[in-house]
Order: sequence, then structure tokens, then C-alpha cells
Amino acid sequence: MPVNAVMSIGHRLAGVMLFLAIPVAIYILELSLQDSEGYQQVQALFDGLLFRAIFILILWFLAHHFLAGIRYLLIDVEVGVEPAAARKSAWWVIISAVVAVLIFTQVLI
Amino acid sequence: MGDYFGCCCGAYIYAGVDLSRRLYGLRAWLWQRLSAVFLALCLLVFLLYMSFNSPSSYQQWLDWVSNPVVNVIAVLFFFALILHAWIGLRDVVIDYVHSDAMRLGVLSLIGLFLLANLAWVARVLFRVMV
Repeated sequence: MPVNAVMSIGHRLAGVMLFLAIPVAIYILELSLQDSEGYQQVQALFDGLLFRAIFILILWFLAHHFLAGIRYLLIDVEVGVEPAAARKSAWWVIISAVVAVLIFTQVLI
Repeated sequence: MGDYFGCCCGAYIYAGVDLSRRLYGLRAWLWQRLSAVFLALCLLVFLLYMSFNSPSSYQQWLDWVSNPVVNVIAVLFFFALILHAWIGLRDVVIDYVHSDAMRLGVLSLIGLFLLANLAWVARVLFRVMV
């Protein structure tokens, strides 16, 4: 499968997964704002291994969707339309998303 | 009825579903990009906040979210997110679900789900303001 196709399917798949994550995100926001007990519950949630693993996975979806989206926006304004450039930027999206998540997990968690 | 026409730039004009009549084709394509840019900017600001000025207590977090500017932008963020998700999911459904009845059913469920989420998050964000 060409790298553009992998990146494109990843963008779509990540989008659907992020859609499913919306209610989870709202639930966490609600809990964190409820009272200081809820806030601590959210902190405790992020200490859990399973939740942390899911969170990192969602961060990866977000990073991939975000970077692939920027690539599409650039192609819309006719930057990187040539096949060679498009293949190169597709690789760039896939790799940078992984790198970004590795950096996030160091900074945020 | 029931067939769709491929349009420029991957957006589709679909004539069979009432839900999508108001937002299809080039207009949906444009809104998808405008919301994407806004969401991206908001996420970057939130990332910077969480990286360099993350709240160290409940009160600090509550104060930040209750700040009128942050609160209004948060409401706009979720509105843009729901709109973005709707257009994106609708494109996915139109690509993979081919029967009219199924499309209408699936799109209705997704639409209701997204509206419920929007109402929920609006309530969460309004509540910290009062």
C-alpha cells in the first residue's frame, strides 16, 4: 500500500476514534470541574495504567489527525501537490505523529 | 434520489438525506477547514497551557476555566469540534453506507449523539460561570 494511502486511512480512522472519545473528554472535563474531590479523581484516573495507555493512544490519533490535516490544508493551497513531495510529506506526518506523542508523554504525564 | 455526485475536493453532494441539505458540497468542505484551523489553534494554546502553566490545584483550574475569555473560547471550541465531527462522520457514512434507509438511520443517530454531547458540554461550561 502506498504511504499516502496509509496516512490517509490513518487520518480517517483517527477521526472516527476521536469522535468516539468526545464523550469521554466531556466526562473528564465535567468531573475535573465538579469539586476538588472530582479534580483529584481525574488526577487518580491519569495515574492508572490502563487509562494512561488509552490516553496515549488517543493522543497518537490526535497527533496523526492534526498533522495529516495540516498536510491536507497545505495541499489545498497547492503546497506539496507533486507526487514526490506528497509521498515525502505523508512519511513526515506518520513519523512526526509518533515523535510528537513520545514528547507529549514526557512533558504531560 | 439516493445517488450522490462526487464533487470537487472530496466533498460530496448528496440529494437523498434531509439532514445534510443545509451543509453539503463546497460549503461543508469550507466549514470543515475553518473549524480545523480554529480547533488546531485552540489545541496548541491548551497544550502550551498544560505544558508550561498547568494548574496545581482545583481552584487554579476552576479559575482558568471560569475566566470569561477562556470560557467563551471553550464553548466555541466544542461547537467547532461537534461541527467538524459531524461533517467528517457524514463523509465517512456516505462513503461506506449505501442504502438510503441505513444512511438516514446512522446519520440521525450520529447527529443526535453529537447534539447531546454539545448540550452536555455547554451545561458543564456554563455551570462554572454561575
